[in-house]
Amino acid sequence: MMDYEVIFSNIPLYFEGLWVTIQLVLMALVLGFFLALPIALLATSKNILLRVPPKSYIYFFRGTPLLVQMFMIYHGMGQFEAIRESVIWIVFKEAYWCALIAFALNTAGYTAEILRGTIEQTPFGEIEAARACGMSKTTLYRRIILPGTFRRALPAYGNEVIFMLHGSAVAGVITIVDLFGAAKIVNSRYFVPFESFITAGFFYLCVTFIIVGLFKKLEFRWYAHLHPRTI
Amino acid sequence: MFNLHGYFPMILEGMLLTVEVALLSLVISVVLGMIGALAKLSNYRLARGAATVYTTIIRGIPDLVLMTVVYFGGQMLVNDIGYALEWEYIDISPFVAGTLTIGFIFGAYMTETFRGGILAVSKEEIEAGYAFGMKRSQVFLRLTLPLMVRHALPGFGNNWMVLAKTTALVSVIGLQDMVFKAGMAGGATRQPFTFYLVVAMLFLVITGVSDLGLRWVNRRFSIGVRSA
Repeated sequence: MMDYEVIFSNIPLYFEGLWVTIQLVLMALVLGFFLALPIALLATSKNILLRVPPKSYIYFFRGTPLLVQMFMIYHGMGQFEAIRESVIWIVFKEAYWCALIAFALNTAGYTAEILRGTIEQTPFGEIEAARACGMSKTTLYRRIILPGTFRRALPAYGNEVIFMLHGSAVAGVITIVDLFGAAKIVNSRYFVPFESFITAGFFYLCVTFIIVGLFKKLEFRWYAHLHPRTI
Repeated sequence: MFNLHGYFPMILEGMLLTVEVALLSLVISVVLGMIGALAKLSNYRLARGAATVYTTIIRGIPDLVLMTVVYFGGQMLVNDIGYALEWEYIDISPFVAGTLTIGFIFGAYMTETFRGGILAVSKEEIEAGYAFGMKRSQVFLRLTLPLMVRHALPGFGNNWMVLAKTTALVSVIGLQDMVFKAGMAGGATRQPFTFYLVVAMLFLVITGVSDLGLRWVNRRFSIGVRSA
């Protein structure tokens, strides 16, 4: 009943799709992280006026589906003549860049919320001690608050990386040949819906396991101070 | 920019479908989650193994991929079985495929949430139940179940919010939910951004209302819990 001949002959297509998926996810994560950091720092500010814009950003991007956000950029930007006539149209007319922008903005929202939570969890004693040592505000953040923040954020961030990987499948909807897009092509050429999509699912599963493994390793290193003492 | 050209009622119709899909799949996911949690905590190794395979595989594959597998692949499977057994043609509608898949996916997340909730019920309360001479089923229905709700509620709320957003994917398999309708209206009026923004706002309405509801439920189930 199953027809895996065509899958094996199309394996290169799946690997090309995998490569596109990895590109999109990695770039989105890096961009999103650097966007998330200032957003999270502003969101923990004591000034309410500074806090409102980052919190609204987080609320919007966490409260709406990634698919809709991507459509707003891919289908939506063409609505504005100013954008269509300007130079940046080169970016917005390409599905690839639209997906990347949507993914980066989306993961920035989730990452900022994770970081906001862990910044606020910084034990006050650490801040007090740093101040007693005469650290300036930037040194305090650089040496005390941020390292601890990243460490506490690691498990939640690992989940976010997996969510981003899984969410990135929507790129296949807007003509990009990522893993899901590759499965769509194989399905439409040979009409093997079950085999084609299951194969993509298997690839995603493997990448997920690799990410989980990497984060476990990273956690082992970063939480070294919490290991039980060995002789 | 906010001239909707009379398409708003159509979008709201789509929203109704979105809410329907979300609520139906929530019911499926709660049932599956309960079964999964009990299986994971059971004494039978086979049940534990099956539940672990279920949660691991489902949480490792993107929802969109699972949905297309069920929608396209499920149709082929039903056709093949139907052909062999000489049934009449059975059509798997996008509604059925979407609802079942989302329910199935979030059943895996609910399994973990409910398992945690059940484990968080304190042992003394269960022991007290047995000391009163309750049977296992009575202990479960009268003590464990009502008490685990309180612990599982925050996780349940999170799962529900994610589930509600996931329903947007049913538009990809052709179900005319509000994302699909926004696409149609956006194409007809050449204002796709406006309509997708409206849909985004409606999603915020859904999550906002759910948040209020969940807070109310949380208050009810936390009666008698002391907090500062």
